[in-house]
Amino acid sequence: MKSEIHLLAGQHQQLTEYKYKPKAIYRGYNNRSLHIDLSSMTIKEKQISREIKEKFTGGRGFGLYYLWQAVTPQTHWDDPENEIVIAHGPISGITQYPGAGKSLVCSISPLTHLPIDSNVGGHFGPFLKFSGFDALELQGKAGNDVIIFIDGNEHLIRIMTAPREAIDSHILVEQLSEMYAIDKDDKSNIAIVSSGTAAANSNIGMLNFSFWDKRRGCVRLKQAGRGGIGRVFRDKHIKAIICCFRGVNGDLNNPADKRLINAAGLRLHKEVANCDHLQNNMRKIGTANIIEVMDQYDLLPCYNYQYGSDPKTQKISSKVFIEKYVTQGVPDGCWYGCSLSCSKAVDNFLLRTGPYSGQRVCVDGPEYENAAGLGANTGTFDPDWILEANFYCDTYGLDTISMGTMTAFAMECFNRGIITLKHTGGLDLTWGNGESLCELMHQMSRGEGFGMIVGRGIREMKRIFVEEYGADKAFLEDIGMEQKGLEYSEYLMKESLAQQGGYALCNKGPQHDEAWLIFMDIVNNQMPTFEDKAEALYYFPLFRTWFGLLGMCKLPWNDITPADNKYSDDPSKVPGHIRNYRQVFEGVTGKPIDDDDILKMSDRVYTFQRVFILRMGSGQRCHDKPPYRSLGPVTKEEYLSRQPRYDKQLKEKVGFDINGIEERIAALRHWREQQFEKLVDAVYKRRGWTPNGIPKLQKLEELGIDFPEVVSVVKPYLQAEGFWPDYAE
Amino acid sequence: MRKLLVDYSLCNGCGRCEIVCSKAFYKEENMKKSAIRIFSNSYGGYHGQYRLAVCDQCGVCARMCTPMALNVDAHGVWKIDKSKCVGCLICIGECERGFIYYHDDLPTPFKCIACGLCARACPTGALRLSE
Ligand code: SF4
Ligand code: SF4
Ligand code: SF4
Repeated sequence: MKSEIHLLAGQHQQLTEYKYKPKAIYRGYNNRSLHIDLSSMTIKEKQISREIKEKFTGGRGFGLYYLWQAVTPQTHWDDPENEIVIAHGPISGITQYPGAGKSLVCSISPLTHLPIDSNVGGHFGPFLKFSGFDALELQGKAGNDVIIFIDGNEHLIRIMTAPREAIDSHILVEQLSEMYAIDKDDKSNIAIVSSGTAAANSNIGMLNFSFWDKRRGCVRLKQAGRGGIGRVFRDKHIKAIICCFRGVNGDLNNPADKRLINAAGLRLHKEVANCDHLQNNMRKIGTANIIEVMDQYDLLPCYNYQYGSDPKTQKISSKVFIEKYVTQGVPDGCWYGCSLSCSKAVDNFLLRTGPYSGQRVCVDGPEYENAAGLGANTGTFDPDWILEANFYCDTYGLDTISMGTMTAFAMECFNRGIITLKHTGGLDLTWGNGESLCELMHQMSRGEGFGMIVGRGIREMKRIFVEEYGADKAFLEDIGMEQKGLEYSEYLMKESLAQQGGYALCNKGPQHDEAWLIFMDIVNNQMPTFEDKAEALYYFPLFRTWFGLLGMCKLPWNDITPADNKYSDDPSKVPGHIRNYRQVFEGVTGKPIDDDDILKMSDRVYTFQRVFILRMGSGQRCHDKPPYRSLGPVTKEEYLSRQPRYDKQLKEKVGFDINGIEERIAALRHWREQQFEKLVDAVYKRRGWTPNGIPKLQKLEELGIDFPEVVSVVKPYLQAEGFWPDYAE
Repeated sequence: MRKLLVDYSLCNGCGRCEIVCSKAFYKEENMKKSAIRIFSNSYGGYHGQYRLAVCDQCGVCARMCTPMALNVDAHGVWKIDKSKCVGCLICIGECERGFIYYHDDLPTPFKCIACGLCARACPTGALRLSE
């Protein structure tokens, strides 16, 4: 391997080099960011002012702030000025509290043409911080494939051409770790961001963030999946970013009061050690623990979100993965200190298709979303195909969630005869054809075939199927599970009004990381009124945004709970853990905060993001409209699958009996769409937005984000709606 | 296997072991930096009046140590390699009996490495090193 690596490195041509001054982190911040322009090959530092910190906190806040500065309303995803911003947050990099190694990545998305934010583990974020920077902006485009190398100990940045290295991540990261580490042990000190061959050819390209798995002796990958940032990365001709930092310890943040951090961390470590096996089994199987639970509650998206369960789910239940596939008993944290350790992996998995067929590989997963999206949603109830697809998504740089949802859509069209073998180039997209699912990815990697159409995303597929293949537009709008251009993630939200809003009212597009309210809503019936639901859709998106500002993972917040959580005032909020987070925040930054401060910090960034999407041409009420399948049954089969529930709802809520199924579907639709609109009214009101979804001036002032460039975006909309206040004239 | 054996019935709670331990490893007489701890046994259940909390080298704590800083030596003693430890405190949570300790001044946790200094200092013979 060494000689091969020498050959690769021998081809590098240095394009630029930059030395910077070392500077200790103070209370979680470097107060400095790094800007790289790949067109001009210039590297510069920026100071992060106190005001920026106060308004945007870090992580997703910094990402959106820099992105706003970089682009104009006309900026297209592949314009050179579009940026990829990678930022961690003030808490990121501590080792004592679980889940403190996240990076937030922001860019203008090729899928939505709006700012997207995606959250990812791996060691790059903390290493970037220890190397001296709170954010990394990547702008411009290189002429040829380059790698960017950041040496956090030597305080040196180099950009080099890299013509010979692989592009697919599982090979590239091994090559680069070998190249930059002094010896095997030193591989722990290398963190890499990369993508893959398919990312260049499809709008769902993602980024892999690596970490060295000492026990397995291989490089592991975590994904910044949503929104196609991998495509932007490859469009900038970046092959990889490597950050090297030697000397990780728990004190590098130079925290204000380590006692608070230690105490909170230890509380959670003990809780995980004592309770995980009684609660969610995250240590055994990670998020995939809920596959059969979702099925049991009729919430697992099957066959493109038509149904919520299927008898075949038992074939892909978490038990199957635990017993037959996922390596047990090893720590699988995506950053040091995560005792919850959910980043599971399947070792020695034998590939059956594609360029690596016959090889044995380590598959990072399966996470719940992969099993549900690539599996149940495409009707592929087969663990081997799920893992094969999971592996190829990762190495090719494809978002597993979009891949699953898009394929499910294409398969439904195929199974309904809307598209045929003629359109797919002979690819059989019958439900459950795992081989075809993988072939679509191979086509994206090679840049050919029907995969190139699927890879554009559902929004574009709908257009092509209608305009070129003569499909029925209204029907495709109903069943194509995208909104704002982003594919839905993998929960069946049809029967939960609150979750319908949780998805549809997301700034970036329908992703469950803002709000996951299904259980609270329909299982526990905790939110009977519109106002209750609106309150939850105010609180949870903000609270969850906070994790992204700090560089934290939200799984240790509620995928493990204190044994006595159910006796607390509000179990759904896990008050015991919120207390931990407040302590950790104070411990690092020295600033005591209360629950309100948490919401305020988030609300600034959240509202800013809403204005940002408005600036980019979305962000009004019409853009928050979801496809009808997310609200109710589109087809007869869907209606019949839950007939007693729907009939009862019609009788009780709509107040009359109707005969034909088609009539019932129509009546139910009318009622459900009305319900959804009422929910939107209530949520906008609670969020301080107008009925058209525009943040009011008072709200911007209250939050202190009434910067002129922000106000000028909302002004014409507020004026048009009659919400522009007299005092502002 | 080398480990510390404890006879609770003989312990008179004098605290010499704690002092010797912290002095040996952290150059100060500070029982909060000792890898052996004496608790008064007010809940009963032990033979004597005091309970001695010290590692018995079972190795459970090492399983979740990501950087593999917790390793067993030729004598069966589990030791924390400070150059590899990142101070995550996970091992403390993993030891069911709470026999790994930390101090906010120190970057890494610490545990008994069965050196036997405390046993030699113990005036009553409550502590003994087994080979
Ligand atoms: S819970 Fe999972 S995703 Fe979150 S930090 Fe831990 S290992 Fe990473
Ligand atoms: S510290 Fe606890 S878990 Fe570790 S070896 Fe000692 S008794 Fe076992
Ligand atoms: S504190 Fe050190 S020895 Fe303990 S688990 Fe963490 S890295 Fe390992």
